[in-house]
Amino acid sequence: MEILMAIVSGLLFMAATYLMLSKSLLRIIIGTGLLSHGAHLLILTMGGLKKGAAPLLGEEASSYVDPLPQALILTAIVISFGVTSFLLVLAYRAYQELGSDDMDQLRGNDHNE
Amino acid sequence: MNNIVMLPLIVPLLAGILLIFFNKYITIQKWMSVIASLIAVIISFLLVLNVRENGILTVEIGSWAPPYGIVFVADMFSSLLVLTTSIIGLTSILFAFHSIGDERERFYFYPAVQFLLTGVTGAFLTGDIFNLFVFFEVMLMSSYVLIVLGGTKPQLRESIKYIIVNIFSSALFVITVAYLYAVTGTLNMADLSQIISENGQTGILTVIAILFLVVFGMKGAIFPLYFWMPGSYQAPPAVVTALFGALLTKVGVYSITRVYTLIFIHDTGYTHQILAWLSVLTILFGVIGAVAYWDIEKIVIYNIIVAVGVILFGVAVFNSPGIEGAIYYLIHDMIIKGALFMLTGAMIVITGTSDLRKMGGLLKNHPLLAWMFFIAAIALAGIPPLSGFVGKLKIVQGGFEAGEYVFALFVLLSSLLVLYSIMKIFINGFWGEVKLAKEQEKGSTKGLLFPIAVLIALSIAFGVGTEAVAPYITQAAETLLDPSIYIQAVLKE
Repeated sequence: MEILMAIVSGLLFMAATYLMLSKSLLRIIIGTGLLSHGAHLLILTMGGLKKGAAPLLGEEASSYVDPLPQALILTAIVISFGVTSFLLVLAYRAYQELGSDDMDQLRGNDHNE
Repeated sequence: MNNIVMLPLIVPLLAGILLIFFNKYITIQKWMSVIASLIAVIISFLLVLNVRENGILTVEIGSWAPPYGIVFVADMFSSLLVLTTSIIGLTSILFAFHSIGDERERFYFYPAVQFLLTGVTGAFLTGDIFNLFVFFEVMLMSSYVLIVLGGTKPQLRESIKYIIVNIFSSALFVITVAYLYAVTGTLNMADLSQIISENGQTGILTVIAILFLVVFGMKGAIFPLYFWMPGSYQAPPAVVTALFGALLTKVGVYSITRVYTLIFIHDTGYTHQILAWLSVLTILFGVIGAVAYWDIEKIVIYNIIVAVGVILFGVAVFNSPGIEGAIYYLIHDMIIKGALFMLTGAMIVITGTSDLRKMGGLLKNHPLLAWMFFIAAIALAGIPPLSGFVGKLKIVQGGFEAGEYVFALFVLLSSLLVLYSIMKIFINGFWGEVKLAKEQEKGSTKGLLFPIAVLIALSIAFGVGTEAVAPYITQAAETLLDPSIYIQAVLKE
């Protein structure tokens, strides 16, 4: 199961890298979304995918799944939500002000304009 | 009562939260942020004294013993950096009073600065890898806000690149933490160090060590990961660049130092050799950039990259003078980079341009600014009575003791080019014929010189009073060189 998940998150990283290297800003943002998906899936996989009850003591099972990676993922998810929404609004503002979403046209060395 | 460890973190956090409610009242905001920063300076000074007296202080959050809970650790290295951070915070806020402008102040500038200081302080004090990631994000989120606040076109353009690079490196940080957790099953730094020393540093752990180098190197702008920095740091106003240049990259440097002196120390022939090569290349590309430009901000920005390389070379040689030198140089560099960005900011206020070829003769009308710049310049290059000297001396000594003669000579020679690049600003900007008469100047430096003078005075005191500071630095270096002190303080065996 871990091997399958490792391959899947590898595919996600591949797609994310490809999208982040493209010209359009929106494709780059989709790439960052896929990248954080891959990273979160990887934490869950690396914590181990052994069978066990959900980490609720009320279940009274003999073994539970590891609760720590789930807490880490929850933290990482809200952080990446925050950053992604900031980036989306920034991209919207940049499109309004600069009139382009092509990263090639967002170059320039003149900082005094 | 070990709770003093938490206070440098809680003061800016509470101040930031309170400041949000007063965003329309600029006078209240100014007073509150100055008072909060003063309290932070006093508390972190007391923390340094406390650590000097009692050794490493730890706080177990919620009384859960490590490695199960989150633990905050104040050893001398962290405490000194927290003190320097709070001083930079205070002087930057004072500089912002006269330079940032109403528009930005009304839109939560001061809260963002306080949250940035929270993130940096937390990153210095935490004893848990994932908690370090969270404080990195606190720091980066505030820096995203600060870099784009104001919304001018260059700011929008450069902040997109800055944010995308940092999102990528944050995802890589999460991935690295996942690998580390899979191999060791713990996230507490002291526990990690102990587990690795008991079970040996296998090949996979060396891979993780290099991944950490990539992650923190991206934050700390080492070769070949510094590409995002020259553009991004030039876009925001001078005071924001001063905060970034003094604090943000140094958190990356601190993290590399912590990880490479505490956790991954069993295969130094491989990891630390790579670090040494990368640091020397960082210095090389930094001085090339510093010499190449005629833009005063770009020159100082490339000097950050040079300093990061010098500090990491001290860490890479990993012997007592090398580490001591790295600590000296890190503290010196935080102070002097803050001062230099404020000085170039003041020059831009006067001339209205950052192009060196369009200014000249500032010495005639601004002698105080000119001589402060001169002192900062020779301190940066490492001229003996000033603060940059001891650090570089010890780093070079460490390099020679480790047998890295070529690299150590290279560090020494880089000082010449650093001196050339910064003297270029002094000679072209302050000497020569006066290009702007008093009445043609674009703005006044009223109130801007005081915070710079504080930092310059500190830099002189740090250089002249090396004897007084030495025991603190030695104590910091001892902990870094012998991880068992840290492990025992945290795990209490």
